[in-house]
Amino acid sequence: MATQETMMKILVTVKEVATVEDEFEIEGTGIADQYLGADLNEWDDYAVEEAVQLQEAGIADEVVTVTIGPEDCEQTIRQALAKGADRAIRVWDDALEGVDLLDVGAKTDILRAVVEAEDPDLVLSGVQSGDDSFGATGVSVASDVGFQWGAVVNGLEHDLEDDQASVRRELEGGVEELTTIDLPAVLTIQTGINEPRYASLRGIRQAQRKDLDVQTLSDLGVDESAVEGDLSLTEMYEPESESDVTVFEGGADDTAGQLAELLREKGVAP
Amino acid sequence: MTDVLAVTDHRRGDLRDVSYEIITAGRKLADETGGDLHLAIISGTVDDFAEKANREGVDVIHTVDYGEEFNHDVYTQAITQLYDECGPQYVLAPNSVNGLDYAPAVADQLNLPIVTDTVGLETDGETLIANREMYGGKVETTVEIDSSPAVVTIRSAEWPTAEGTGDAVVEAFDADIDEDAIGSTVTGFEEVGGGDVDISEADVLVSVGRGIEEEENLDIIRDLADALDATLSSSRPIVDNGWLPKNRQVGQSGKVVTPDVYIAIGISGAVQHVAGMKGSETIVAINTDENAPIMDIADYAIYDDLFDVVPALTEQFQ
Repeated sequence: MATQETMMKILVTVKEVATVEDEFEIEGTGIADQYLGADLNEWDDYAVEEAVQLQEAGIADEVVTVTIGPEDCEQTIRQALAKGADRAIRVWDDALEGVDLLDVGAKTDILRAVVEAEDPDLVLSGVQSGDDSFGATGVSVASDVGFQWGAVVNGLEHDLEDDQASVRRELEGGVEELTTIDLPAVLTIQTGINEPRYASLRGIRQAQRKDLDVQTLSDLGVDESAVEGDLSLTEMYEPESESDVTVFEGGADDTAGQLAELLREKGVAP
Repeated sequence: MTDVLAVTDHRRGDLRDVSYEIITAGRKLADETGGDLHLAIISGTVDDFAEKANREGVDVIHTVDYGEEFNHDVYTQAITQLYDECGPQYVLAPNSVNGLDYAPAVADQLNLPIVTDTVGLETDGETLIANREMYGGKVETTVEIDSSPAVVTIRSAEWPTAEGTGDAVVEAFDADIDEDAIGSTVTGFEEVGGGDVDISEADVLVSVGRGIEEEENLDIIRDLADALDATLSSSRPIVDNGWLPKNRQVGQSGKVVTPDVYIAIGISGAVQHVAGMKGSETIVAINTDENAPIMDIADYAIYDDLFDVVPALTEQFQ
């Protein structure tokens, strides 16, 4: 059991992402609203779970979430509170309205200010977001604030002694790298690191009473020009299908029959 | 400032394929800017790597002989110093797990914009036009960066590998690595996904994805695999959920498989999954979503509910 003075504070970056229905239409450089849903970014769900588990293990004593997003996303952000985070920070500003691609540099400027104000020992962020999938913000923030970091972490030992984190990084091809990282650090969390819990009814009720602090850019001391990134999204289109697929038509029994015949022709079915 | 600096990727003594792909991507950009292509090889057996990477299109190879394996602090320091030395317009890095462990830091420290996971790149010398996917591959976008220079990561297997023997100058770059700034240490590697079954050996794979919805529904997939005497595999979410062990996972972070027949059931076909199974001889997809990316590589498809089709198919063999 860690003593009180060594208890850690964890900041988790969370984001509400847009989800897209199977059938959709593109309007300009975005997807038409009626085909969009919203959810907590999948990777962030794992990051929240990891933080809450560290708190339950007596290693962390406070879990704070931070998001950059409009008021509409508060319901999604409260999911993290319902799962056990203690309080939330939401950064929003008129200057952010209508920005359709907030680039990595802009997110870094904003999140750096939050990290500096909160002074956590550990920052957990998702490897990437399910919508724009840049996968770069966590490492960029770490570099910017002078923290250490590890990208694509799919294992974290819940024993953060000697101010070090022992992690597994998920490399390609079924290989994992074992690494020790000095704290404070930012870890970008890969899916599968844990099994995210469902929020309990009690958790959901408690989440409504937890502190959700809204901050503007000027509250954080971030200049408005920070959001004017260097990247602009100029086109969105459906990828050209290279499909030359043969489609089996009919009811399930028909299509199953045709597929069975194919598999027999290939010599792979009885 | 018209040059391109591209960074190679290696692991445990081997250059990874993306190192040859990044030469192709880098050469094209360098042709468009009218500059040279510089290749950086950092850590490991750099002279051996330099010989292998000396392919057509590379003008200069910079080797940084420091340490054996990848360390992001060493890479970040070496690349930022090489940047100061070469003054490139674009820094290219692989969008690999390791590339994402240093490229954002390089961009941050050089105060440059970064665009990641690109699948197409073009420049008129001023504006960089990058193509990249959003929403898990449902749409593709064009992103423009007006201010150069920039850091760009490229998706693997999107550019062909560079071939031919090159005549690049190989220069040892004496990077000034600050050891005190190295805050992480690799202590080992582990192969995961060993165990009772090797899906890469199977002739027929019955593979299941997120569309199965619940763990208990896996039984209908198992029944089909049994009826076909096939091996059961899956996409990532099934393993993330703990419903199947890691040795069943097909994809970039799992196994690469090349069976005679691959039956993808309720698998949308995210690029990471496709990377692991596109070499299958025949690909069959069962999915309600006609627009799922898996259909781009499928040979045969059934656009229907897997809960109707799979039991009906099993019945065909009983």
